[in-house]
Amino acid sequence: MDIKIKITDREGVTHEVDAPTDMNMNLMEIVRSYELAPEGTIGICGGMAMCASCQCYVQSAHALPEKSDDEDAMLAEAFNVEENSRLGCQIHITEDLDGLEVTLAPED
Amino acid sequence: MIETDILIIGAGPTGLFAVFEAGLLKLKCHLIDALPQVGGQCSEIYPKKPIYDIPGFPEVLAGDLVTNLMAQIKPFQPGFTLGERAQTIEKLQDGSFIVTTNKGTKHHAPIVAIAGGLGSFEPRKPLIENLAKFEDKGIAYIIKDPEVYRNKSVVIAGGGDSALDWSIFLADVAEEVTLVHRRNEFRGALDSVEKVQQLKNEGRINLVTPAEIVGLQGEDKLEAVVIKKTGATTDTILEVDNFIPLFGLSPKLGPIGDWGLEIERNAIKVDNTLDYQTNIPGIYAIGDVNTYPGKLKLILCGFHEATLMCQSAYQKIFPDKKYVMKYTTVGGVQGFDGSKKEAPKAVVKAID
Repeated sequence: MDIKIKITDREGVTHEVDAPTDMNMNLMEIVRSYELAPEGTIGICGGMAMCASCQCYVQSAHALPEKSDDEDAMLAEAFNVEENSRLGCQIHITEDLDGLEVTLAPED
Repeated sequence: MIETDILIIGAGPTGLFAVFEAGLLKLKCHLIDALPQVGGQCSEIYPKKPIYDIPGFPEVLAGDLVTNLMAQIKPFQPGFTLGERAQTIEKLQDGSFIVTTNKGTKHHAPIVAIAGGLGSFEPRKPLIENLAKFEDKGIAYIIKDPEVYRNKSVVIAGGGDSALDWSIFLADVAEEVTLVHRRNEFRGALDSVEKVQQLKNEGRINLVTPAEIVGLQGEDKLEAVVIKKTGATTDTILEVDNFIPLFGLSPKLGPIGDWGLEIERNAIKVDNTLDYQTNIPGIYAIGDVNTYPGKLKLILCGFHEATLMCQSAYQKIFPDKKYVMKYTTVGGVQGFDGSKKEAPKAVVKAID
C-alpha cells in the first residue's frame, strides 16, 4: 500500500508524493527516488546515520519511532538542528505515517 | 615530479583495486587522496561496519576490506600522495597529464583515473559569524602539528572520536583544554570516553556540556569564544588562543568539477558501453564518482569498472600491442618487487 507524504524541498517547494510501505524504504530513500534533492547532497553515508545530509524537520504531529542512540548522537553534531529534527534515513515508511509532513534541512 | 602510468585520484576500494588490475598488465600506479589514510569512505565513515555484498565474502568489515586490498596490491608497489587534494590538471602536447595538488605536488601520467567517490572530504564548519575571519588566526579544523598548541589555551567543540581523542592528546600539550559539546553524551570508543572522564576528574580537561559555541571575539586574531550553555540565561565568555571545531568531514566534488569534465547530478559522465572514459580522452572515472544509465554506487561495481578501465588504459599506452587476458590462476601474480605468486604445479606420476 502507498501512503501520501508532503515533502518541502530546500528551495521551499512542497511536493506531495506516494510512498510505498512494502518496499523496506526510509524517508531519505523516498526523497532520492523522487529526486527532491540533488544526488550527492542527500544520503551521503547511504543511510547509516553517520552523516546528517538527510536531516529534516517533522511538521506534522505523527508519532514517530524513538531516535536510536546513533541518530541522537549524529543530530548532536549536526548543524541547523531544531527540536523537530530527524534523520530521514532512520524513518521507516509505515502505514502510520500517512499524511506525514516534513521539510528538508539546509545542506551544510 | 612524480611519474607513473596510471594516476589514480582517490584511494578508496575502487582506486586500490585498480592498482591490482593495472599491475597484472605491468602498469604502475600512483594514488592521490585528500584524506591522510587510504580506504576512502570505508576508513573515514564506517570502518567498523560490516559489508555483505562483496563477492566471496559473506561478511567483511569495511576496515578489513581496505586492509585486504592493501595486501593484495602490495606486490605492485603503488605510490601515494596522501593528505593532499588534486587541484588542477593540465594536458600536455603528447596527450599526457600533469595533476597538481593543493600543496603543489606534481604528478605526470599518460592516464588519469578518477576514483573520487563522493569527492574529497572537507571539514564541516559550524555556523558561527566571523568564522572565516579567524581561520588560521586561532581557528583550525584539522590538527596538523600539535606543537602549535603547546602552552596555549585551547577550546575544542564536537562530540565524536576526533573531539575526544584530540582533547586527550592536547591535555598533555596545551596549558588548558576545554571541550564543548551540545550533549552530555559523547559518541566514541569506550576507552576515549572513559579517559576524558578521568582527565575531567583530575581537572585537566574542562568539560562544558550541554553547550555550544555561538560567538567569536578578537581583533587580529581569536581572543575569546562565547559559550551558550543550554538552559542558562547568560552566555559565558572564555578567553582562548585557539578554537578547534571537530564536527567531522563531508565530501565535496571540489576542484575536479572544474576540469572540463561532463558532470551530471554531482557525478562524472562516462562511456559505460566501453571503458568508463570521460569526455576528455585519457581521463577515466570509476566507482561512485561516475554516472551512466543504470549506475549503481556499489563497491563491487567499482571493481568491475576499474578492471575494464585498466584494459583500455593499456591499449592507450601501447596502441601497437595486442593484449591477451590471462587468468591469475594460470599466469599467477608477478609483483614489481620481484615477488611471485602462482598456483602450485600438479605432478604427473604413476601410482603403482
